[in-house]
Amino acid sequence: MTAINHHTPDAVLAAYASGNLAHPFALVVAAHISLCLTCRAGFEAHQMAGGAILDGTQGMGISDGLKSGTMALLDDPAPVEVSYARTGVFPAPVMAALKGKPPRWKSLGLGVRQSILSEGREGSARLLYIPPGQAVPDHSHNGLELTLVLQGSFSDETGRFGVGDLEVADQDVEHTPTADAGAPCICLAATDAPLRFNAFIPRLLQPLFRI
Amino acid sequence: MLTLSRPNESAAPRPAQGLRKDMPQVTPPSRHVSPQTTWMLLVRDNRDRAAFGLLFDHFAPRLKGFVMRSGTPAGQAEEIVQDVMLTVWRKSAQFDPTRAQVSAWIYQIARNRQIDVLRKENRPLPEVLAEDPDTEPDASQILAVDQENRELQNALSRLKADQREIIEKAYLGELTHQEIRSQTGLPLGTIKSRIRLALQRLRHELKDMR
Repeated sequence: MTAINHHTPDAVLAAYASGNLAHPFALVVAAHISLCLTCRAGFEAHQMAGGAILDGTQGMGISDGLKSGTMALLDDPAPVEVSYARTGVFPAPVMAALKGKPPRWKSLGLGVRQSILSEGREGSARLLYIPPGQAVPDHSHNGLELTLVLQGSFSDETGRFGVGDLEVADQDVEHTPTADAGAPCICLAATDAPLRFNAFIPRLLQPLFRI
Repeated sequence: MLTLSRPNESAAPRPAQGLRKDMPQVTPPSRHVSPQTTWMLLVRDNRDRAAFGLLFDHFAPRLKGFVMRSGTPAGQAEEIVQDVMLTVWRKSAQFDPTRAQVSAWIYQIARNRQIDVLRKENRPLPEVLAEDPDTEPDASQILAVDQENRELQNALSRLKADQREIIEKAYLGELTHQEIRSQTGLPLGTIKSRIRLALQRLRHELKDMR
């Protein structure tokens, strides 16, 4: 694997560790940490700071029975948790979002495909499949946008993004990412702007052709 | 070699505080792991209930205060405390003292649990980094983690109230990433350099794991 050059910004890692990142972004950051030891270290350092805050928190009185009640539950069977393993280019958190199934790709035209993983008030997360030479669909730039490369690479005005690289864009960034030659580019992308690709065709082609 | 004392003997000496405020960086290196780490390892390796009880006594009241401060109503707080402590018992195999302090590990379990309850969905988590089962636990690393944690706590205790509040807000999940980013101008150098040191060590430690 080539070295990862584009990392999760520290403020985003801190927000992820403290649980103040919307679900679609948390998915991308969890996937990036799964691939990137540098950002795992950053994440764990923030956990350490969080732990120091927890340790310094003023304790509150707890009910009399809480300890004995907890001790009594130690031998109970743990609730069953489904765990997902990395499969192909998809790290475990992406497999969890896919519920262990392969992505259900929907064509966006020109060979570009997407598979929506989550969509809601908090924003959306999806997988994108972009053939070499094609533009990565614009994610509309109304807010924060995180794009993690899982296969292949894309390039834009700011540089080249290969496997494991995370691109962070906000409304200030005007860019036209294009998949590089070689393997089709597969990305995990999250945005807090509403998705427009489900709309009718001209709307759909607009971001692709920038007409 | 590292020796693990029994829980009842493990009231490790804490560095004297407040005596030499002019020399804040000098904490005497401890040759003993912290009591919390000792208890956690006894839970992990021996399924030691007495040690779990001591962990509970230490963390349950703090956890209750912590989850209530970060927005959980009183009625639900003890439920979350119990869930978190049960997770500590059940997932103890995932505790790695060469990478995390007990409080750091429990902090993340608590935040995850709170968010799952609040949003009724599972928070996306990174893959668990599998350790080579043949590697000997490195005692000096465990001590280094404890040491770092003490330094971090000392640094936190030296902050002015308003500075400390911002740090607390950030780790209680009350600041967005934009707000965290915009706090960079504040005089939080000590905390940041502590986090950075932890970061360097963790990077080094993680590099050896793959």
